[in-house]
Amino acid sequence: MALITQPNLESPDDFYEALIDAHRELPTEASHALNARLVLLLANHIGRLDVLKQALQAARDSGR
Amino acid sequence: MAAAAEAGLSYASDARTIQAHAFDAVCSPDQDAATPVRHPVVVVGAGPVGLSLAIDLAQRGQRVLLLDNDQRLSTGSRAICFAKRTLEIWDRLGVGDALCAKGVEWKVGKVFFGSELLYRFDLLPESGHERPAFINLQQYYAEAYLAVRAAQLPNLEIRWQNTVVALESGADGVVLGIDTPEGRYTLHAAHVAACDGSRSPLRALLGLEASGRVFHDRFLIADVRMAADFPAERWFWFDPPFHPNQSVLLHRQPDGVWRIDFQLGWDADPEEEKKPERIRPRVDAMMRQALGHAVSFELEWASVYTFACRRMAHFRHGRVHFAGDAAHGVSPFGARGANSGVQDAENLAWKLDLVLRGLAPDALLDSYASEREHAADENILNSTRATDFITPKSEVSRLFRDATLDLARHHGFARRLVNSGRLSMPATLRDSPLNTPDRDAFAGAMVPGAPAADAPLPDGAPSRWLLRALGGEGFTALVFDGPGRAALCREIEAGAADRVPVRTLVLAADGLAAERYDARPGTVYLLRPDQHVCARWRAPVAADIAAALRRALAQA
Repeated sequence: MALITQPNLESPDDFYEALIDAHRELPTEASHALNARLVLLLANHIGRLDVLKQALQAARDSGR
Repeated sequence: MAAAAEAGLSYASDARTIQAHAFDAVCSPDQDAATPVRHPVVVVGAGPVGLSLAIDLAQRGQRVLLLDNDQRLSTGSRAICFAKRTLEIWDRLGVGDALCAKGVEWKVGKVFFGSELLYRFDLLPESGHERPAFINLQQYYAEAYLAVRAAQLPNLEIRWQNTVVALESGADGVVLGIDTPEGRYTLHAAHVAACDGSRSPLRALLGLEASGRVFHDRFLIADVRMAADFPAERWFWFDPPFHPNQSVLLHRQPDGVWRIDFQLGWDADPEEEKKPERIRPRVDAMMRQALGHAVSFELEWASVYTFACRRMAHFRHGRVHFAGDAAHGVSPFGARGANSGVQDAENLAWKLDLVLRGLAPDALLDSYASEREHAADENILNSTRATDFITPKSEVSRLFRDATLDLARHHGFARRLVNSGRLSMPATLRDSPLNTPDRDAFAGAMVPGAPAADAPLPDGAPSRWLLRALGGEGFTALVFDGPGRAALCREIEAGAADRVPVRTLVLAADGLAAERYDARPGTVYLLRPDQHVCARWRAPVAADIAAALRRALAQA
């Protein structure tokens, strides 16, 4: 299965706002920890190793 | 050769007697021979692996010489967790009952993060197996019982204080130069099995090495004797309040002894940390936390260790075969060291026996190396992953580790990611050249290459348990009852292959065994002498079985 990179979020602006809100008032360290937990939760939801590996690669490739 | 029995070791010997015991170094007539005396097989190293291999070969009728550079068994508890598969192998070698009677059975593990219980797991959630997931037993007991068993075999000779100091490989064997208290002698071995431990002198004599990853961390083992009411479970702490930022492992052994394993970090001073005055406060703090009160305890043994995950590139070098720690090393998380070594031994024993008898080609021994190299890779992979989880080596690795542990409090999926050691399971030899690929459809775990699963057998069967009924002398066709069964069994037994017999074991096509083997009436499994599946069919003819047997003997 191919990683979906075309628009797929049902409400992109709402999601983005919720993501930033989730980090509100957290010290940087706690934010990093939250992100790590979030990655693990989402990874479990996706489940498929092939998709996750594509996502890991896409994330690496998009870095500056 | 009955040194062990004569010297007073028995299945009733206590820990002190065993550890204090010095075997007599007896001068062998070989030492005065004019030309090197020839031996079919010489095993070097009388640890759990070398002893198991020597006993297995001797039970198969080989004349075996076992050399050890020392005259004592293991000092200190060392390897303490013996897995189900190891116990099943030791059953075949005649020591399983004694070891299990002495050992502490366990199958439940608990994982703590801080002072909080994250979750518990059960390693053997189903019944219908003779042996438990694990027993804990000090290594010296395992070695002593194996030595007692070895002494019962007249064709197995152990020479203590025989140190191999020279090794020369030739076309028809290996010449070994051996130092003894009475001086040096040489002997000739058609095959040599190097079971001489992680610092293997034989590996060094051949100029070989084991390479891999060395972990920069130190661990303290403290064996303490105390009257504490912990259950017989494996308790693992990540970052406990009594030992912050490190891990701790608690295990129960026989004789009221508890193994506690403290991660110390790389900067710890190994000599300092071994001192009782350093250990006592650590144990005391732990007991107060774990039990809620102090207990009195005695320090029994302590050791500070580091480890590496590595292996030799090839386990076979001509007529020298490497097994156990000599061939591969793992971290202790997962109990994959001694357990995988005993599986090496059982893989090598039947193959060496058949090759020495001229019943199988030399190529069969290549499959020892390829199968057990594959198993070592699996063990190293599991052990490396556990080590990376337990002792994260970077900031981000630590971040994800702690995120996993935080999530595991509430979410089942994260518990599956927590890795406090994936405990030893026998390797399934899926890609073995000895396997006959399936032509019929099967479900379940008993694929070609898998170690046979145990199951209870009904009254009237040759044994109460399937693995006991299988034994391990030779190949067995497991025939699930169905039409035409009697004729097929006759044909199989009448000479499926030239001189290597296949015996048949008929089982009902319903019941737990049939379920575990996904069997229907007429299903047949061909099992190797080491109880691994090498072929299976829904309705084979005798020629199928003969062809699979040739393949499993590396004849085809």
